[in-house]
Amino acid sequence: MRDTADTAVLRARGLRKEYGTGEGLVRAVDGVDLDVAAGETVAVMGPSGCGKSTLLHLLGGLDRPSSGEVWLGGRRIDQIGERALARVRRTDVGIVFQAFHLMDELTAVENVELPALLAGRSPSVARRQAASLLERVGLADREGFLPSALSGGQRQRVAIARALSNEPLIVFADEPTGNLDSAATVDVLRLFDSLRVAGQTLVIVTHDARIAATADRLISMRDGAFVDETRLTGGSTGQLGALVGLEG
Amino acid sequence: MGRVLLVGRLAVRNVRRRPAEAALLVLAIMAATTILTLGLALHGVTDDPYQRTREATAGADIVASVGPLEVAPGRAAPVDLAKLEALSDAPGVVDHGGPYPATTTQLEANGVRTEVWAVGRDSAAVSVDQPKLTQGSWVQDGGVVIEAAFANALDVGAGDQVTLNGRSFQVVGVAVTAAAPYTHVCFGHPVCSFFFGSVPAWVRQGPPAERPDGQTATVDVGPPPDDAGLVWLTRTDARGLAPAAALSYVMNLKLADPAAAPGFVDAHSPTSWDALFLASWLDIRETYGEFVQGAQRALVTFSSLLAVLAMASVAVLVGGRMADQTRRVGLLKAVGGTPGLVAVVLLAEYMVLAVLAATGGLTVGWLAAPLLSDPGAGLLGSAGAPSLTLSTVGVVTGVALGVAMVASFASAVRAARTSTVHALADSARRPRRTRWLIALSTRLPVPLLLGLRVIARRPRRVVLGAASIAVTVSGIVVVLAGRAAMASDWEGPSSLDPQADRANQVLLVITIVLVGLAAINAIVITWAAALDARHASALARALGATPGEVSAGLSAAQVLPAFAGAVLGVPAGLALWAALSNDEANPTYWQLLAVVAGTVLVVAALTTIPARIGARRPTAEILQAELP
Repeated sequence: MRDTADTAVLRARGLRKEYGTGEGLVRAVDGVDLDVAAGETVAVMGPSGCGKSTLLHLLGGLDRPSSGEVWLGGRRIDQIGERALARVRRTDVGIVFQAFHLMDELTAVENVELPALLAGRSPSVARRQAASLLERVGLADREGFLPSALSGGQRQRVAIARALSNEPLIVFADEPTGNLDSAATVDVLRLFDSLRVAGQTLVIVTHDARIAATADRLISMRDGAFVDETRLTGGSTGQLGALVGLEG
Repeated sequence: MGRVLLVGRLAVRNVRRRPAEAALLVLAIMAATTILTLGLALHGVTDDPYQRTREATAGADIVASVGPLEVAPGRAAPVDLAKLEALSDAPGVVDHGGPYPATTTQLEANGVRTEVWAVGRDSAAVSVDQPKLTQGSWVQDGGVVIEAAFANALDVGAGDQVTLNGRSFQVVGVAVTAAAPYTHVCFGHPVCSFFFGSVPAWVRQGPPAERPDGQTATVDVGPPPDDAGLVWLTRTDARGLAPAAALSYVMNLKLADPAAAPGFVDAHSPTSWDALFLASWLDIRETYGEFVQGAQRALVTFSSLLAVLAMASVAVLVGGRMADQTRRVGLLKAVGGTPGLVAVVLLAEYMVLAVLAATGGLTVGWLAAPLLSDPGAGLLGSAGAPSLTLSTVGVVTGVALGVAMVASFASAVRAARTSTVHALADSARRPRRTRWLIALSTRLPVPLLLGLRVIARRPRRVVLGAASIAVTVSGIVVVLAGRAAMASDWEGPSSLDPQADRANQVLLVITIVLVGLAAINAIVITWAAALDARHASALARALGATPGEVSAGLSAAQVLPAFAGAVLGVPAGLALWAALSNDEANPTYWQLLAVVAGTVLVVAALTTIPARIGARRPTAEILQAELP
């Protein structure tokens, strides 16, 4: 196993997230340690309710841990203020949600350019960059479409393009194919694979073994804790189809 | 019957389920119904005190007066006293008092200098219009009696010293009369600035030609007394205040049939330019009522503005409640409820609340009316609790039901038309896409970008918010114009303005209710926007917007329409004032600018808290729980 501790883009130590008190106490995340190296793709797998999404929210700065540390790009982010955390989400992190979470009233290109606008880029630069990202995810011809006019797979590709908008250090994906049919799942898998090949650091939370199989490292999670870790060979686009059994 | 029971039960249960919103709804409608009740309840409240005063003073049925007739500047024809005296023998007259000499003169007391109408009276009591003393004794040489409302405004009483035309007098008494309300005492002057009813024909005809020398006297008649007080002194003292040629004379007549007074005035009023002037007791009673009628008119007028504001409040609250009831609508339809039944169930809830608001408004308005119906020191006794007539109850209830119906009808019908499957899925109403606003927002700083996009999602709510502010600002502009008009209308020292206190009270109440209701609207609309945009706000935060930017965006979404509403409200208010009053007094430009700026600042401050709460909801939780 490669030692990622020294080159880690993301590092978590003793991460805990608890809800409730007394007998009602729930440990959604229970003492997680994690290092993710630059360019690495890590898949976190486990059954529903095991704490995968909560872990991703803690790592991505969407939520704060009850205890433990989160370091991103060499900077500890679990204790920083809301404004600083927002800046981290804006510049260092891209998030892909299972439910896409696109703005219904914005077109595909407007959704993708949103993080760039929030980061203060000029409208023309943001638009050019968004158009380019849409081209990269194969939706150049859909940039003026509202989410309601796109298929599930297309929506998720728009969401992925949006996650890449500010060239983040790391992209977190929370069950990115959970709402997709098989064909759309293959499209999204291909996209993630291309990101992996391009050196984008990825943390994918999933309970779908087919997605997990595309990662460099697979971590199994149960009851809020990591129970197993496996280093995979990683899938190229050519291997992907065979590996996940979606292509002949 | 079962259906009625079902509708009633569901309506009441739903009211109980969201008591805070129901209370806000009732409050919003109650603000309008209370002010309307106050306005309607003030009708005729001074009639009883006037009647009491009239009885206590053996009030005249006709007050007739005659003054020197100015035929050229500085020259006047002598008073035609015979014409006045002849009235005492006119058919229907059973008693009379006078003629009494009277003149306009300057009074000084407590450092205040003002005009007064000084009437010379006998020391002995008379059978017609004997003012009723509330302090001290009746006139004596060197001793003056001051009309009670005027004395109150001057803050003088028996034992104090005043000067009349530079001569010192002791105040020996204070008295009330039913013959001349304070400030409306210009009888006896040929060009009286105050007329009962319409302008007499002889005024329209213009003054007579100058008379030959010998028929006129060199005397300065002066301008008619305006906003003057009334004092009584002995005939001798009164004659000492002005040259004989400048004196007017007043006579009080008692008729066999007091109800015939208007006919008597018509029959004996001059038909050509003359100094004779007659007023019936009914005219004078109406003049006393005018003190309260101004307040009444203001309250009734402003109640309609408040009704519009209440509609905006109710519409926003109803919109929020309807969104919350989507699933309930689906369930009702799934078990066989027709769209009509669903609409009736939804509307019934608001009708119940409207009836509650009407009852509350009637009660509060009726209880508060005595605070504004004080007839003042010029009349005996208080107005007491005004009567609540059936028509008042009907009008107030109708307004409450109308407000609720207009504000909730569209939402209820839309909810009733929603497909059952869609309603059961409880999916949120899709936001609107306002392309130009979205394009414009990309060129703005992040808070404005987010704010414009919140605006673009729900344009109807934004229009409601702007309309609410426009109505409030137009109301405030009318209040300011009213105050400016009061200030310019009153020519005497401001401390003596008998209407100032009541007007200030009324305008203060109206302003508080207007601003209060607008504040409720601003908070409710912001909260509704924050709830509606919670997913978009959470997403913006997930993409890197700070809570401060999201909160500022939500505030901006209220402040921008508020600014538009405030700017529109200024001309709307001026137009409303022009429609309500012939007075040309307007607020100053600085006041108007301050209203616009103040409104924007207040809205910004009011929306801060709901916006901050809305912006700080846990991002992960919202994104996890709510699917777009």
